[in-house]
Amino acid sequence: MKIAPEIIQAVIVCVSAIFTQNILLSYFLGMCSFISCSREIKTAVGLGWAVVFVLVATCAINWAAYYYILVPLHIESFRFILFMVIIAAFVQFIEMAVERFSPMLYQKLGVFLPLITVNCAILGAALFMIIRNYSFIVTIGYALGSGLGWLMAILAMAGIRQKLVAEKIPKGLHGPGITLIIAGIMALAFIGFTGVL
Amino acid sequence: MKSQNKLKTIMLDGLWSNNPVTQQVLGICSTLAVTNLVLNTIVMCIGLVFTIAFSSMTVSLLRNIIPRTIRIMIEVLIIAFYVMIIDVVLRAYWPDMSRNLGPYVGLIITNCIVMGRTEACGISNPPLTAFVDGVFNALGYSAVLLIIATLRETLGMGTFLGIAVPYFSSPLWDKWIIMVMPPGAFFALAVITWIFRSVKLAQQSATESKK
Repeated sequence: MKIAPEIIQAVIVCVSAIFTQNILLSYFLGMCSFISCSREIKTAVGLGWAVVFVLVATCAINWAAYYYILVPLHIESFRFILFMVIIAAFVQFIEMAVERFSPMLYQKLGVFLPLITVNCAILGAALFMIIRNYSFIVTIGYALGSGLGWLMAILAMAGIRQKLVAEKIPKGLHGPGITLIIAGIMALAFIGFTGVL
Repeated sequence: MKSQNKLKTIMLDGLWSNNPVTQQVLGICSTLAVTNLVLNTIVMCIGLVFTIAFSSMTVSLLRNIIPRTIRIMIEVLIIAFYVMIIDVVLRAYWPDMSRNLGPYVGLIITNCIVMGRTEACGISNPPLTAFVDGVFNALGYSAVLLIIATLRETLGMGTFLGIAVPYFSSPLWDKWIIMVMPPGAFFALAVITWIFRSVKLAQQSATESKK
C-alpha cells in the first residue's frame, strides 16, 4: 500500500470538506445545534471545537469497528447500532476523563459534550465515510475537514447573529427564521468555492 | 369521553399548534436534505412515521423497567433498531431509493424529533397515547416536508413526482435551479417557518383581544 498518494488524497478531501462540501451548509448535518447554540461566539467556539475533536476520534474508531468487526462477520446492517453505541460511549468516557484531569477544559467544553451524542454531524460523517469507501487516512482527513468546516460555519453565524440583535426583524421571522435565511446566504457564498477543487 | 378529548388535543398539537418543524424547530437536518425531490420526501416521511410511532410505543411499554439513569441510551438503541429495519427493507426492495437517500435514512436515529417525542411523551405515558402522539407529530413534520418538497421540485425542476407540471416545465418558466441546491432548502424552510409563525401570532393576538 502506498502512503504518499493517500495522504495527498486525504488533504484534498479535508479541504473540500471545509469549503466546497461543507457538512453543514451543503449536507445539512448538525443543524439543530447550529440553530440553537449560535447566539454567542463563546458558546459557538466551545461547541465547535468539541465537535472537531469528537468527530475525528469517533470516525477513526468507527472505521476500525466497521472494517474489522462488522465486515468480517457480514453484519453490516448493524452499523447504526454499533456507531451509536461507540459515539455515546466515547462521549461519556471523554466527559469523565476531562472532568478528572482538566477541570479548566471541562468548564469550557463540559456542557457541550452530552449535546454532541445526538449531533447528526457525528453519525452523518461516519455514514458518509462508509458510503464513499474512504480508506483510514482519508477518513481522518475527511473527519478533520468536516469538523473544521462545521466550526467555521457556526462561528460565522454566531458573529452575524450578535450583530443582528440591534436590527429590526419581522416578528414571525425571529429566531430560527432569520437564522435559516442567513444560513441560506452563507450556503450561496460557499457554492462560490465550487470549482476551486 | 375525556380520554378522547385528550387524544384529540394531542393530534392537533402535533399537526399544528406545536408542529415539530415550525414551532419547535426540531429535526431540521433531514427536512432540508431530502426535500429536493417529492418522491424522496414521501419515502423519508413514511420511515419517520414508522420510527417515531413504534419507538415511542416501545419505550412506553418498557417505561416501568427502564432505569432512569441510562434511559437515553436505551431509547437510542430502540430507535436504532427500528431504523435498521427500515434500512434493511429499503435496501432489499428498493435499492435505488436507498442509494438516493444515502446516509439520511440512518440519520433518522439522530433526528431530534424522534428522541424528543420518546423523551417528552413515551417515557411518561401509556402506549396508546405515546403511539398517537408519535404518529401525529410525524404527520405534522411530514406535512411541512411535503410543502417544502413540492415548492422546491416544482420551482427548481418544473416537475412533481417526476411528472412535468404544465406551466413550470415550459420555456416560459425560467427554472430556479437554486431551489434544488442547498441554499434553496434554507430559503424555503425559512419562508414556511415565517408564514406558519406569523399566522400563529395573529391567531394568538386575536384570541387575546377577545378576552
